[in-house]
Formats: sequence, structure tokens, C-alpha cells
Amino acid sequence: MKMTGAQILCESLVREGVEVIFGILGGAVLPLYDALPNYPQLRHILVRHEQGAAHAADGYARATGRVGVCMATSGPGATNLVTGIANAYLDSSPIIAITGQVARPFIGKDAFQEIDITGITLPVTKHNYLVHSADSLAGIVKEAFYLARTGRPGPVLIDVPRDVQIEQAEFHYPTKVDLPGYKPTLQGHPEQIKKAANLINEAHRSLIIAGRGIIISGAYDELKQLAETAQIPVVSTLLGISSFPESHALSYGMIGMHGMAYANLAVDAADLIIAVGMRFDDRATAKVSAFAPHAHIIHIDIDPAEIGKNVRVDVPIVGDVKAVLNALNKLLVSTERVDWVQQLDDWRKEHPSTEIRDSDGLLPQYVVRQIYEATKGEAIIVTGVGQNQMWAAQHYWYNKPNSLISSGGLGTMGFGLPASIGVKVGCPDSIVWCIDGDGSFQMTIQELATIAQEQVAVKVAIINNGYLGMVRQWQELFYGKRYVATALSCPDFVKIAEGYRIPGLRVKHKREVTSAIERAMEHQGPFIIDFKVEPEENVYPMVPPGAALAEVVEAPEKRKKAISDSAKLPVSNI
Amino acid sequence: MATKHTLVALVENKPGVLNRMASLFRRRGFNIESIAVGHSELPHLSRMTIVVDGTTAMVEQVRKQLDKVIDVVKVSDITGDNIVARELALIKVKANSATRSEIIQIVDIFRANIVDVASGSVTIEVTGDEDKINSLLSLLRGFGIREIVRTGRVAMVRGGSSPSRMEKKSSNTHAKRQKDK
Repeated sequence: MKMTGAQILCESLVREGVEVIFGILGGAVLPLYDALPNYPQLRHILVRHEQGAAHAADGYARATGRVGVCMATSGPGATNLVTGIANAYLDSSPIIAITGQVARPFIGKDAFQEIDITGITLPVTKHNYLVHSADSLAGIVKEAFYLARTGRPGPVLIDVPRDVQIEQAEFHYPTKVDLPGYKPTLQGHPEQIKKAANLINEAHRSLIIAGRGIIISGAYDELKQLAETAQIPVVSTLLGISSFPESHALSYGMIGMHGMAYANLAVDAADLIIAVGMRFDDRATAKVSAFAPHAHIIHIDIDPAEIGKNVRVDVPIVGDVKAVLNALNKLLVSTERVDWVQQLDDWRKEHPSTEIRDSDGLLPQYVVRQIYEATKGEAIIVTGVGQNQMWAAQHYWYNKPNSLISSGGLGTMGFGLPASIGVKVGCPDSIVWCIDGDGSFQMTIQELATIAQEQVAVKVAIINNGYLGMVRQWQELFYGKRYVATALSCPDFVKIAEGYRIPGLRVKHKREVTSAIERAMEHQGPFIIDFKVEPEENVYPMVPPGAALAEVVEAPEKRKKAISDSAKLPVSNI
Repeated sequence: MATKHTLVALVENKPGVLNRMASLFRRRGFNIESIAVGHSELPHLSRMTIVVDGTTAMVEQVRKQLDKVIDVVKVSDITGDNIVARELALIKVKANSATRSEIIQIVDIFRANIVDVASGSVTIEVTGDEDKINSLLSLLRGFGIREIVRTGRVAMVRGGSSPSRMEKKSSNTHAKRQKDK
């Protein structure tokens, strides 16, 4: 049957099971938007800035495991998507970005709102396409979705010239893709898995570092089995949080620059690291030359290019985490590692990194903890970037799989609010809290309009300290407290929300926190709380830039003894 | 230590492939010494020979990244293999009746060819490895070189094996590499 390019695109999206598109229209996508009402299966959510569309699609993709779709017009519409696409790329999130392009005869002639978006997004997409004819469109959409969600997931951009959207072509949705250059390795090499199993069975102080790969591959049970069978403690990267229940006896929290002191010490003392679905990001490893100095390293990842990129690896296993762990678990001997686990528990007692100090002031950590209490850990937490993100990672206990959605690799301030829209739309039955900073929140504040228009019932907690807090913390600690350009004069967020017809509350005192959170939860729709927290509260523990994980610094009130002393303490035969 | 590496890539013959590959080198600050592209024995696929200067670890990193490019079917670093490597150069040299016969003699010694003769110059075509071409160039320099164009290296592994054939899927090489460790 003959159809227009616009219809072919919509039909193809329906075939791929798309249920929602986040976007903004403009001249170069008018034919496409004109076709949309004929496809009621495709819900369109009108955002207020294209960056918001990409983040929303990203949040949707992370929360649901399905491919998120965003759409924008040519030129500035397309370039506005770029930050969101890059964010999805660095965190391996499967999104499809569809952009309009000027008509084919105008391409390359600097036409109005023409930009080379495939060129611009080349380094931040897994793949991208400029569509040259309507009859190639269905095949491209099929390939794009396949590429986005398989192997190491990532964003794929499809640039569709305006005249291609109008052009008639025969519609056949292909059943197969033919990509000779794309064959992700799913099964790990049996020899390598055997080697890994031998190392695990022989090690005394093994440690699992769980990354987002576990969440992407859905290997929660396999990870649990690995940890429990061989009695291996589990720490995680920022994006690996919620891959393993934090209430589990073998869970020791996040590692890295703001990781738990005991988790960092464990990495330092381990004799075997089993790195699963993670990529040794510098925020996780700290000083890379001093990372896990006593350990053999097993690295399991689906992307061969990650092997040996940052850290020397003894046993690389390329494959899908779930498949590899399944095979690995079969070879493991049930072991007790009482001394090692005891050691970690001792460190946890000595360094209570998640303990919140007594204060009459309103501490951000306390706010996060109260959100945990009020939601009983059942919420999906979406964060901004900066201090708010670290406190959200540290002081909420993530027991529910895939319950923290955060911008890890790119560290995109402004991610929180639009991403939480995508999360809530994808998981309407979940409670979704966006824990954001006052700086981060203002970078995409316009999406309040989207939330109001679509009545997306997200609850927003603004951790408002009147600073670009994380940068201020660095200026305090490493730049002699010279605060340059970090103080923010914020608007009245409750009034702003009111302007968007979203109810809100301001909380200045500790005693008001619980009731405010409860009010927000009782309210059916979106709700905002502006928490005026201690302005100069710092995030601890902290590994200073350039230092090793073992050089982690505790909060001042917890520094009873130097951590590095205790790090040397107990471990025999290092 | 940085050394010259020869990479051979089998790629889909589509617009933008060269750009995708070149940008991976650019991002890591590699200067591409030469790149030669042409059709392969397989329809819709081209084969590239890329020469870059870099440490083995860095080149291996970029090779893996190149392998991830969807339009790239296969990339191999054949630097350590027993290879045949050739380059073609066209050299336009000043020549008059007094010097022409001497130039012809040199060209003969190098088994090169004269492909064009004009009143004031000759154009020489020479094929060989880089050393041979450089030697010829140094001998011709005295006559006055007007223009040089070189293809850059094309290379192939000697014997029956071929590191850049399609049936050798990347997954097998990963497995092989892991096994070798």
C-alpha cells in the first residue's frame, strides 16, 4: 500500500510498540505532525524545550527498559536535542531521536533552519541516519530500534527531510535487519568464564562492583545468586545503585568520589574485583593507578571496547551480563568468607557514612531520608546533578530494582525534571520523586508547563541551598573558599509552581519536612516542595580529586581517626 | 612507544563512513598518516588501509572503537603480521633534452614507468613500499620535482589467511583474543 513518508514513519513506530513521543514541532516536521492524529496509539507529549524531550525519552527508556522516542524540528530544534542525546549516549540509554530536516534540494545550502544534525551527533549517537527517500524509511526505523535496544544500548538519530515526509512509497515493514557490521557478543567465552570461576573460588577477599549493565540486562537474580553462593560483598557504581537491594546483608553501597568510605576501603583491600556491567568511570575509580592495587580484576561487559580502556583487566569476559553470570554461577563453589565480610562490617561500623548528624537546621540528607521513610523505599527517584544527586544516592535506600534514575556519565544538570516526566509516563503506577537542586532545577524549569498540561503526577523536592552547591563545595575545599559565581538568587519556587497551577509548599524547618512530604504524596497530581536547606552543607564522604579511593575523607564530625590508618589495619597477606 | 600501525578495515560503502572513522582518530589526537579506500571483492563493501602513528595500546583502543561503528564490518591491526604493503606515486619531474635520458635510466632501475612526457617534464609512475618510493624521490630531487601525489599504503596479509574477511565475525576475534590472554 502506498503511503506518505510521514505515514510510513508513524506506522513503523506503531510496529515497534511505541506508545509515547516527547517532542516539539516546527516547520520541518509539520507533515509528520499532521499524520500523528491518525495514530491514536502514539501519545504525543508536548515539551517546552527539545532538551526536555530527549531527557524525558531517556527517563522513559531507563525506567521501562523500552526504547524512548523524542522528536524535534530541524535546525535549532535538532541542536537543542544534542545535550539529551549525549546524556543518553554516555549512560547507554536506548532512545530514538527523530528530527525534521529541510527538503532534500535545500540540504547543504544553508537553508532556513538547516543544520547538519547527523554530522553534529556523530560522536554522541550509537548510529544515525539521514533519510534519502521514503521507501528506505521503514527499514531505517527497524534498524534504528534494533540498534538502540540491543548490545550496549544507545541513542540513534533519524533525520527526515521534509519532502521525504510527503513523498509516497510502498510500505512494507521488514521483519529482519541486515547489519553485517553489527553482531554484539552475548554469550561469554566459556574458557574465560572458567578462568573467572577459578579466580572467584580461590580468592579470599573478592568484591563485586555492580554497574548499570545489570539493570539493563535485568540480571538482578543472577547477581544475587553470585553474591550469595560465593558470599561476595557487593558495592555499586552510581548507576549500578538499585541493581542489588541495599538492605541485603552483602550490600555495601556505592563506591567512588562520594561513595561510602567502607565501600571504597573494600575496593582498596580486595584481592579480586568482579566488575559487572560497568566501565571504570573516573568518578568511580578515583586515581586510576591506585585502583584496587591488590586485586585481580574480572571485567564482564557487553562492549569489547570497554575492556582494558581505563583499568588493566586480568580476565575480560565480553557478553551480556545476564548470560555470563548465569554461566558463571554454575561453576561456583559455595563458600564462606566470614573474615572478609566481618572486615567490611567493621569498617561500616567505624565509618558510618550514611549516618546523618544531629542538627536543628534543615539538612538535605534528612530531607532525602524522610522521602525514603514516607515512600517506604517504593518510589522511583530521579535526580538532578550535583550535591542533590549525591545525597539522593547516599541517603535513600534502594531496595527496589531500577529505582534510581540519574545522569551519570555526562552529569547533565537539568536532567531531573524532564526525565521524571518520562519515568512517570512510563511507570504510571509508581511513585516518582524528582530530587533536584535549585541550580539544576532552573536549567529545565520550563518543563513544569509540560507537567501541568499533561498532569504528570511527579513530586518534586528542590534541595534549595541557594548555590550551585557542588561547585561551591569545591571552591570551599580546593579554592580557598573563594565563591565565584556560585551563589544563586533564586525565584520563589512555590510562586513559580503556582504560576503553572501546580501546588507547592516551602519548608524551612526540620519539623515541617514529614508533613510536607505527606501532603505531596496525598495530592493526586504533581506537587513541589521547596526545601530551604543549610546553604553550606557539604557532601561527604569525599575522595579529593586526584586521590585514591583509600584516601576517602569523612565528614568533619566523623573524623575520629584517620581513615588511612584503619585502611591499613586488618587485612592479612595483601 | 609510538610506532606506525597499519589497520585494514572492511566497511559498508555508505555515505559518512569515512567521517565516522576519521572522527574517532581525531578525538584521540591521532594524525592519520595515510588512508586508502577502494572497492573490495564483496559487493557494497569497501576496504580501507589506514596508517597511524601511536602506541600499541592506544591504537588497540581506537581499533575497538572503530569496530563498534555500525558500518564497519571488521578492523584488524596487521602491523605485526607478515604483510605485503605497497604504495603508488606519481612524480612530475623537470626534464629537458640533456637530463631526460638520465631520468629514464633511474626510472628503469626502479622498475617505474614514464606515463607522460612533455617538453619540460616527465611524469613517473612508481609502485613499491615507502622506502623504495622515498629512494626514487631522493634521486629525482636534483632534477627538480614539480609535483608529487601518493596513494598512501595499501596492505594485505601474505599467504592464504585474511584478517579482514567477512566470515570472521568480530565476536570470534574477541573470543580468540580472550583465549590468547
